[in-house]
Amino acid sequence: MKLLQSWEGFLICALALIIAVNVTLAPEFLTFANQINLFQLSIEKIIVALVMTFVIINAEIDLSVGSMMGLSACAFGWLFQQGVPAAAAMAICLGIGLLGGLFNGYFVARIGLPSLVVTLATLIGFRGLARVLVEDRGIGDFPQWVDNLGQKGLIGTVPFGLIAFAVLFSGLYVLLQRTGFGRKTYVIGTNRDVADYAGIDTGRHKIIIFTMSGVVSAFAGLLFAARVGAVRGDVANGFELDIITMVLLGGVSVFGGTGSLFGTLMAILIVLNLRNGMALVNITGHIQTGVVGLLLIGSVLVPRIDLARIFGRKAGET
Amino acid sequence: MNIAPQTLRIIALLVVLALVTAFFASVIPNYFNARLFNRISSSVAIMALIATAQTLVILTRSIDLSLGSIVGFTAFATGSIVSGHPAAQPLVLVGYAMLVGAGFGLINGALVAYAKVPSIIVTLATMAIFRSFLVEYSDAKSITAAQLPPWLVDFPNLVLFEVGGVEFRAAFMAAVTVVLLVHIALSRLRPARQFYAVGSNPEAAEMAGINSKRTVFVAFVLAGALAGLAGFMFLARFGTITVVAGLGFEFKSVAAAVVGGVNIFGGSGTAFGALIGAVMIDLIDTSLVRWDLVSEFWREAVLGALILTAVAVDAILMRRLVALRVRREKERNTKGAKP
Repeated sequence: MKLLQSWEGFLICALALIIAVNVTLAPEFLTFANQINLFQLSIEKIIVALVMTFVIINAEIDLSVGSMMGLSACAFGWLFQQGVPAAAAMAICLGIGLLGGLFNGYFVARIGLPSLVVTLATLIGFRGLARVLVEDRGIGDFPQWVDNLGQKGLIGTVPFGLIAFAVLFSGLYVLLQRTGFGRKTYVIGTNRDVADYAGIDTGRHKIIIFTMSGVVSAFAGLLFAARVGAVRGDVANGFELDIITMVLLGGVSVFGGTGSLFGTLMAILIVLNLRNGMALVNITGHIQTGVVGLLLIGSVLVPRIDLARIFGRKAGET
Repeated sequence: MNIAPQTLRIIALLVVLALVTAFFASVIPNYFNARLFNRISSSVAIMALIATAQTLVILTRSIDLSLGSIVGFTAFATGSIVSGHPAAQPLVLVGYAMLVGAGFGLINGALVAYAKVPSIIVTLATMAIFRSFLVEYSDAKSITAAQLPPWLVDFPNLVLFEVGGVEFRAAFMAAVTVVLLVHIALSRLRPARQFYAVGSNPEAAEMAGINSKRTVFVAFVLAGALAGLAGFMFLARFGTITVVAGLGFEFKSVAAAVVGGVNIFGGSGTAFGALIGAVMIDLIDTSLVRWDLVSEFWREAVLGALILTAVAVDAILMRRLVALRVRREKERNTKGAKP
C-alpha cells in the first residue's frame, strides 16, 4: 500500500496498465524482438534522459542536448569525410561534447547566468555549428563496423546501444544514489546557498554535471549516426523536449532536489510503450507527442488532488 | 542624476544595434538603404508580437513554450475560416484569432496560476498538445495562398506611408503600436505594474494586496491573445500554412526578450526592449545571409553566440553598476555623518 502511494508505485501501475492494453491490442507486442525494437527506436533520447536527471535534480536545465547530439553526429560525418579514421573521429566527437558541456557549465557556474538562458543560446549555437559543418548535405557510407554497431545485435539480438544504456544506467544509479557526489547533487538542488555554506564547491559540481551532459549527448549523437547510417544538419532536432518530458514525468522536480533514476527509467518505459501502443492503432507522431504532453501535466496535477479533503468532509458529517 | 537601469539598458541596446548596422554596412555593399528597413520590418511585425507576449509571461516569473504552437494553430484556424467565408470582415478575423489565442492562454494560465503546476512543465506539454490539436483540426491538409481572399494576401505589402523609399507597412506599424501600448501600460498603469510586483516577489505582492494568482493568469491570457494576433500576421505574410507553422518560435521569442533585457527570473524588463531584441535578432539573421565572406550556414552559430554575449555582458555590467551605486551611497552616508 505504501508503494502505491509513492510516485514510483503510481508509475509502475500506469506502466502495467499501458502494457496490458497494448497486449490486448496486439498479441505480438510482448515478444522479445518488439521490446528490443521499442528501445532501439529511441535509444539516443533515453540515454540522454539518464544524465538529464542529474541536471534537473541539480536545479538546472540543459536545453542544448539535442543540438549537441546533432553537432557530434555532424562532426563525425564531416571528419570521416575529411579522411579521419572513424574510430579517431568518434574520440574527437566525445571531446567536442566535453568542451561543449564545459562551456555551458562555465557560463552557468562561473559567470552566474541562468542555465535556461545559457543552454537556450547553445541550443541555437551548437545547432548552428552542426549546420556549418555539413551545410545542406547528407553524409553517409560509414564503415561497415559503424553501421553494425548501430543496427546489428552485439550480444545475440541485443544491440550495442541497449547494452550501453544498461551499463550507463547502472553506473549513474550507483553514482547518484550511493556516493557523496550523488548526495551533493541533491543538496545543491535543494538549496544552493546552504550547500555553499556547508563547504561544497557548488560551482565545480555544476560544471562537472554539465560536462557529463555534454559528453553523454555527444555519445548519443554518435549512436544516432551509427543507427541511421547517415547524418544531416537537423539530426536530433527537438529531442530536448522529449528528453525533459521523460525526466519530469519520472517525478524529478523541476525546482531540483528530488527525483530518482528509477523514476526516470519508469517514465522512459511508459513513454516508449505508450508511443508503441499508439503506433499499433495508427495514431500519428504529433498526436502521440500531444498525449505524452497530457500525461506530463496529469502526472503533476493528479498527486495534488487531495483525496482526504474530498472524502474527508463526508466522513466528518456522519 | 541617476538614470533608471531599464532606460540605460535600452540606450545601450540602441547603441549596439547602431554598431551592428554600421558593421554590416562596412562589409556588405549597398547594405544600408530603404530596402533593408522594409525587409526587416516585415518579419519583425510577427516576432515583436511574440516577444512581447513572452515578456508579459516572463515578467511574472513564468515561461511560455507553447507560443509557437498557438501561432501555428491560430494561423491555420483563421485561414480555414476565411477560405470558407471570403467575405468575412478583417476586424472580425483579427478578433477571432486573438480570441482563439486567448483561449489557449487561458488553459496555460489556469494550470499555472490556479493548479500551481510549474509553467515550464505546463507549456512544454501544451506546446505538444496544441500542436496535436492543429494536426487533428487540419486533417493533415495545408492552407495555401490561393484559398485566401486578395486583401489578406496583399495586407503584408500594404504601405501606410513612405518616406524616401522607406515604407511604413501596415503590419509593421500595427505590431509596433501594440508593443508600444503594452510598453506604456506596463510603465504607467497600476494594474499592469502588478506584473512587476508579482515577478519581483510573489509573497510581498500578496501582502501588498495584489492577487498574484490572477496576475499570472492574466499574463498568460494576454500572451495567448498576442500570439493569436501574431498568428493572423503569420497567415497574411506566408499564405501557406502547414502543421509545422510557428515551430521554433517559442525559443526565438525567449531569445528576443532576453536579448532585449528582460530578466528570465521575472520582475524586470520592458516591451520596448523586447522589440529591440526582436529587431536585433532579425537584423543579424538577414544580414548574415547577404555577407559573402561568411556562408549563410553560420547564421545560427552567430545568433547563439550573440544571445550568450548579450546576456553575459548585461549581467556583468549590471553587477558592476549595482556595486558602484552601493559604494557611492556609502560614501555619501559617511560624508553626511562627519559634520
